[in-house]
Amino acid sequence: MINAIIGIGYNHRGLEKACESRNYIQDLYIIERVCGICSHIHSTAFCMSIETLTGVTVSKRAEYIRVVVAELERLHSHLLWLGIAFHEIGFDTMFMYTWRNREKVLNLLATIGGNRVNYGVNTFGGVRRDFDETINAEILSTVDLLEEEIKSYLHLALTESTLAVRLVGVGKLSHEDAIKFGAVGPVARAAGIAEDMRVIEPFGAYKDFPLHVATDQGADVYGKTVVRILEMQESLRMIRLCIKNLPDGPLTVRVPRRVPAGEVLTRVEAPRGENIHYVRSNGTDMPDRVRVRAPSQANWHGMQHMLQGGNLADVPITIAAIDPCYSCTDRAIIIHSENETKLTDWRKLRQYSIDWYKKQGVDCSTLKL
Amino acid sequence: MAQLLAIIWKALVIPGFLFMSSYGFLVEFVDRKLYARMQNRIGPPWYQPLADFLKLIGKKTIIPSDADESMFRNMPIISLAAIASAFLYVPVLGMNAVFSFSGDLIIVLYFLAIPTLAMFLAGWYSRGVFATLGATRILTQMFVYEVPLFISLLAPALLAGSWSISGIAAYYAAHPLYALINIPCMFVALVAFQCKMERAPFDSPEAETEIVSGALVEYGGRLLAFFRWGSDCELVLILSLFSAIYLPFMTGILWLDLILYFVKTLLGLFLLTLMRATMARLVINEIVRFCWKYLTPVALLQVVFNLLIRRAL
Repeated sequence: MINAIIGIGYNHRGLEKACESRNYIQDLYIIERVCGICSHIHSTAFCMSIETLTGVTVSKRAEYIRVVVAELERLHSHLLWLGIAFHEIGFDTMFMYTWRNREKVLNLLATIGGNRVNYGVNTFGGVRRDFDETINAEILSTVDLLEEEIKSYLHLALTESTLAVRLVGVGKLSHEDAIKFGAVGPVARAAGIAEDMRVIEPFGAYKDFPLHVATDQGADVYGKTVVRILEMQESLRMIRLCIKNLPDGPLTVRVPRRVPAGEVLTRVEAPRGENIHYVRSNGTDMPDRVRVRAPSQANWHGMQHMLQGGNLADVPITIAAIDPCYSCTDRAIIIHSENETKLTDWRKLRQYSIDWYKKQGVDCSTLKL
Repeated sequence: MAQLLAIIWKALVIPGFLFMSSYGFLVEFVDRKLYARMQNRIGPPWYQPLADFLKLIGKKTIIPSDADESMFRNMPIISLAAIASAFLYVPVLGMNAVFSFSGDLIIVLYFLAIPTLAMFLAGWYSRGVFATLGATRILTQMFVYEVPLFISLLAPALLAGSWSISGIAAYYAAHPLYALINIPCMFVALVAFQCKMERAPFDSPEAETEIVSGALVEYGGRLLAFFRWGSDCELVLILSLFSAIYLPFMTGILWLDLILYFVKTLLGLFLLTLMRATMARLVINEIVRFCWKYLTPVALLQVVFNLLIRRAL
């Protein structure tokens, strides 16, 4: 592999623009759909932004529930990643096993929120779902079960030789390069950068129970694997602590419909790394600007560097190692051709879709956004 | 006339082509079912390989405009024909194959190389990027596993003092304990067979996450069905060869031998499936390193050891 050119931009959905033309409550539903996997952490960041702008303090119980769901989401995301990583290196048996465990987490999330992907737990000023004794018991028993399984994955990662042969030294992004390219999350932590938004800007249970940040010095795919497995163990510890120390209190606090003018930047730790939400309000019930910087966007920059000098066989696992989330990343479509470079922004994309549907016999230009 | 008919019956029906094909579908089913059970899945029903085959047969065949049409069309048939021919020299029922002469081990090894080469040519003449890459990987892999495979088949032949598979089988059937000597090279052969069949951890030539499905990426419809059929038959051929050379325990009673044949081949299949289910795919240069560094020396040591024993006998 001599060089690689990263060309993303096939999946633009215009979510930010769509948020600006809807009110905050409607936006919450859009924001939850930014990512198919870390839906909860996006809505948490958005809710926290609005709560900061309106000056509302969320009850401790609600914050703990947010943390539990966020950590369950991390478990589900990391198990998903682990399965995909095993699949990319042709180890389908472990793919099946990790996804079987992921199914347990998803069932739990479905029990809590009613859905497997968009749980709809968050709302402005708190959460919409409460934990009762049965759910607590279910969470704790699942956590116990996963503890054993994840321990076996760690053992496998540390001892299985075909795994080490495939992963050690592959897709390296050294400590300096990780800083230079602004890598976040497990990618940065695998390079020995002990940064985690749950420690830097903690909220709720993260304030009460300090988190151990898992790092590795390998800076390769193997390091990223180990970091993610260690993080899952940390998540399990966090969930257990939260459930055992769940405080009493109201679930929601009233939040006004109109958000005072101002701007806010919220940083939370998504499974893939630092997730930044910027919200600017102009005093109406609709935001003036919403900007989502999903973690995959930060991690793409180092990709070219990671791929250079590797083997073709290592390309899939190197790309998968940053756990890319394509749909989080795309903001516009840029088409390079020989003579010109065309930028298709949200407005043009929308016009294109209207024209396309017109050709199919559906006229949606009259729909109000 | 009756003799000729008997030979045709043996070559085409039992234990020839028809038996090989139907057992091939069964073996594919057992392989897939075992693989699924090892992965905590349910797995397919028994008729699934046949259903897949029939469905593929009915699909339209698309030949890429860049591809060499005659090569593209003929390779699956050549591959299947080579396997069917080789199968006639491998004993299935009892000690004797349909045909045998002194030196048929070499012929079978040559025939065994043809499907792999056919797959290489099929990939090469498809002219796709992934197909070409897969084809080169097939050839690279072939160069490294052929040596340990040949040597590990040579070792039992040296001890038996025969170059015919039926002869080797007969020798070990008469001296079952000597078969134990060949256990190290049995495992070498098993790994090399896995490498030959391009199954995990040696599935680099058809790595679906890297090069889609390698050499056969442009294939579809009837031609792909023929390739799939061929690889099922190849598996049967390999398992039969494995059981004839390394597990030559026989009773002399026909129906008991048939059951023993199934037990022995399915045991070999179980080991191959276990290997497939428990390992990650190796990169092609790792395969090269592994084959030269570990497989070949073990096989060579076995040859030296067998020669010494042969001397002592």
